[in-house]
Amino acid sequence: MGINLLNAKTLAERLRSAFVVDNRWLLYFQGLGNTILMSLFAVCIGVVLGVLLAAVIYTTKKTGKLKIPAAICNVYITIIRGTPVVLQLFIMYFIVLVSVKNGIVVGAVTFGLNSAAYVAEVARAGLESVDEGQMEAGRSLGLSYSKTMFKIILPQAFRNIIPALFNEFIALVKETSVAGYVGILDLGKVPGLIQSRTFDYLFPLLFASLLYLVVVYLLTLVEKLIEKQLAKSDKNGGKKIITGGRKKCKNRS
Amino acid sequence: MQEPLIKTVDLKKSFGDLTVLDGISVDVYEGEKVVVIGPSGSGKSTFLRCLNLLETPTEGAIFFEGNELTNSSDLEEHRKKMGMVFQHFNLFPHLTVLKNITLAAVEARLAEKKKQKLKITKKEIVAEETERAMKLLARIGLQDKANVYPSTLSGGQKQRIAIVRALAMNPKVMLFDEPTSALDPEMVGEVLSLMKELADEGMTMIVVTHEMRFAREVSTRVLFMDGGKIAAEGPPEEIFGSPKDERLKSFLSKVL
Repeated sequence: MGINLLNAKTLAERLRSAFVVDNRWLLYFQGLGNTILMSLFAVCIGVVLGVLLAAVIYTTKKTGKLKIPAAICNVYITIIRGTPVVLQLFIMYFIVLVSVKNGIVVGAVTFGLNSAAYVAEVARAGLESVDEGQMEAGRSLGLSYSKTMFKIILPQAFRNIIPALFNEFIALVKETSVAGYVGILDLGKVPGLIQSRTFDYLFPLLFASLLYLVVVYLLTLVEKLIEKQLAKSDKNGGKKIITGGRKKCKNRS
Repeated sequence: MQEPLIKTVDLKKSFGDLTVLDGISVDVYEGEKVVVIGPSGSGKSTFLRCLNLLETPTEGAIFFEGNELTNSSDLEEHRKKMGMVFQHFNLFPHLTVLKNITLAAVEARLAEKKKQKLKITKKEIVAEETERAMKLLARIGLQDKANVYPSTLSGGQKQRIAIVRALAMNPKVMLFDEPTSALDPEMVGEVLSLMKELADEGMTMIVVTHEMRFAREVSTRVLFMDGGKIAAEGPPEEIFGSPKDERLKSFLSKVL
């Protein structure tokens, strides 16, 4: 079959049907746009909520306050990390947010809530990597707990977790490719869509993969840029950089 | 008789089964330079850290300017008036030297501005505090380090900046927790001489240290702690010149 296809069509024709016919190239970029849109919102939700979760858990550990909120945070993290993101997407799409017509919104919220659990663990490790003396120094100068947290602890924690955080962002971008399961036209969905009309997967798959690669590569460039900026302020600092997070993107819960 | 600046009443602190402070009652008056000495694990640092409630005492009371601290809702206001210097400096590594010094003062004044609806702008506050900080830096001869980050400084420089950072809050008392213990020997002198200067200017100081010479020369009163209690107390001449307590004698024989 494959050989027949090769014989029947020249490479140029296959390219043409993958990109030019019916302006199909637009589909890739529409998909890419949706993927980026979902990822961006998801990252924002994930970081804000994740840092909040981490701050609550950290506060409980250090001061013994906020015990009940911390317990709730821990349950949340356990459930989110313990179930597949595809099922979470189904639950959101078909049950919780069934009244929301815009699939992109459902996707962004789902991936954001999912990412928050992972960001929370990364951020918690970051908070714990900051020397205890920093909190004491801040408090002894009369700064409140929250001021010390925002001005002194979090900035240092942030610099320590950049590699792990970007690991999470990268995983998240690729993870949004399951959005196609609920009919969202994201980049991961496009090759299948085109193949269903042309019966040819080759170029659609290659090109969609290339686009993901470009996005992820740009992300790593941003990471390097931020690290470079921060390195200026801390010549021999950053000893406690935390790497890790989730290494594999697919097949994780 | 004037009221003591700091007064502790039967202060106790235990970590689980371990009793670290076993009933400490001390009055510190304005202008006094109290040096706390004693063997490792005697509770000196814990005592000092209880004074501004970095450690919460298990029992007892702490009065600062007549206000009880252990259940004070205004703890931050009191802490501003108690400068603290740590063994490991605890400078903020992500901020420049200048920002290290001005951060808390600027925050304090911004809070005041908000509370009292003052007309002054944030920019003016920052400018004023920066000027004050530069004067403080000039005093220790480190103006040229204003815009560098702490990681580029020597231990002695870091500790002197940590002292200046505490001074920027205009504290009524300075608490020193083994300020020279983490320093290389050749840097101990510069830190001690800055502390001595402060003492000469009349700053009230409570210093936990192993520097017996400093204790002898600068202090107005020495507390010798052992096993979570104050085992001996008196002017330095008496403590070092004619110690009576057996434990104090044995301690001094080891460190002098």
